[in-house]
Amino acid sequence: MNRERPDIVVVGGGPAGIAAAVSAAECGASVLLVDDNPALGGQIWRGEEANPSVRQARRWTERLRNSSVEISRGFRIFDQFGPGVLLAESSEGMRKINYSRLILCTGARERFLPFPGWTLPNVMGAGGLQALAKAGMPIRGKRIVVAGTGPLLLPVAVYLKRHGAKIELIAEQASRTSVAVFGRTLWRYPGKLAQALGIFASLAGVPFRFGCWPLEAKGDDCLRSVVLQQGVRRFEIECDYLACGFHLVPNLELANLLGCDIKDGIVEVNEVQQTSIANVYCAGEPTGIGGVDLAILEGQIAGFAAAEQQHKARRVFRTRAHHREFANALDKTFVLRPELKKLARKDTFVCRCEDVSFERLAQCRSWREAKLYTRCGMGPCQGRICGAATEFLFDWSAESVRPPVFEARVESLMATEMSVPEVRV
Amino acid sequence: MPDALAVSLNGKAFTVPAGTTVAAAVLIAGQSSFRRSVSGQPRGPLCGMGICFECRVTVDGVRHVKSCQTLCRQGMQIDTDE
Repeated sequence: MNRERPDIVVVGGGPAGIAAAVSAAECGASVLLVDDNPALGGQIWRGEEANPSVRQARRWTERLRNSSVEISRGFRIFDQFGPGVLLAESSEGMRKINYSRLILCTGARERFLPFPGWTLPNVMGAGGLQALAKAGMPIRGKRIVVAGTGPLLLPVAVYLKRHGAKIELIAEQASRTSVAVFGRTLWRYPGKLAQALGIFASLAGVPFRFGCWPLEAKGDDCLRSVVLQQGVRRFEIECDYLACGFHLVPNLELANLLGCDIKDGIVEVNEVQQTSIANVYCAGEPTGIGGVDLAILEGQIAGFAAAEQQHKARRVFRTRAHHREFANALDKTFVLRPELKKLARKDTFVCRCEDVSFERLAQCRSWREAKLYTRCGMGPCQGRICGAATEFLFDWSAESVRPPVFEARVESLMATEMSVPEVRV
Repeated sequence: MPDALAVSLNGKAFTVPAGTTVAAAVLIAGQSSFRRSVSGQPRGPLCGMGICFECRVTVDGVRHVKSCQTLCRQGMQIDTDE
């Protein structure tokens, strides 16, 4: 394979990225898969590359291993050098990545909402706590409250319980009615139905509340207890960890940097997952939160299309449409209730990097104004955490990005200034 | 690669299983605060996936390393604020 310029570069090694890379490579294209973590799998298949436990993940990682895909782990893309050239950095240094076609599979992150005490150590994301547990954080015997919203909460609780944690409560802010409606759509997705039944069986005996959300995390230097609300009732639960996330938001920074059209918070794509930029495709959560099955299907379509095998891509359209309906049902079910806009007090920090309080932000009229006057979103995370929160709290749009889209060492930035752009062939 | 890695946190030595991230190692050592925020609050990991930067620590003298995306290596020296 031409290592200098592969036909196709896939960014992100989760389900969508693996499916895209494998599909393109199996069509004969030379493919480079770049991921910023030490191991592939993304969030949902974290740990599956080394120790597969999910059948779907095992099947795809095996196909990947048997394919000609070149894999670059631990590289985070931070800028575009010029047309067809990305810049990436790892702990070892900087690397230029040339591409003819690019497939963005950058996944999603959890949405976090500010409430008093949410900055205390041991208040973590739901997926965040699971990721840390998979990376070796001890959870056996720990008392954990799982709260927030979205289909992620239950599998996280199952994982934590299976590894010896004591789940004190699962609190889902969506109402019982809307989750029940969602539940009735599951019979059309036998795989998901089986999974849901398995989840409920594993969580037998764990307290579960709908229409319930966290009001405050209490503790001095560390979390000690959580106050929750359900209807008019308030109660406090002592715990070691709060695993709290409010569904997911797509990672759009790279699509944004490249200039792909983004509408209503998702990357716009045509039927073959092509973005507004002809040689850039996008698959998985950035085109709308839809879960692992939809991500794989979109990845396959993008991979086939980028490898110029449109007829193969077309064969997947029907199944993708079926799973898109599931994604729509997800969106309707886990809508955030307006009460969550009132959780932050005046002095609650909304921007955790720059410690900007709710009160100071409430005086601003836009994301831009907030950045200029308060430094909200100007810290290391570049608004990745507070952006989604302020979008919900104030209806601000926090989509514009500037390079570098991820922090990069000065040496890397200097190297990009000094080197000469390669001529595109 | 050995099954157990010797690392140190703020000068105190301990061992972690191979494959442990630096973030998990700090938590294994029983410490939940990883850094001080700009106003001095204690902070620990939030997102677990390299997005929030709350878990950043100093690794072998290199500051601002995202501990959740870094694997422990034999002899690694981890330092947190304070």
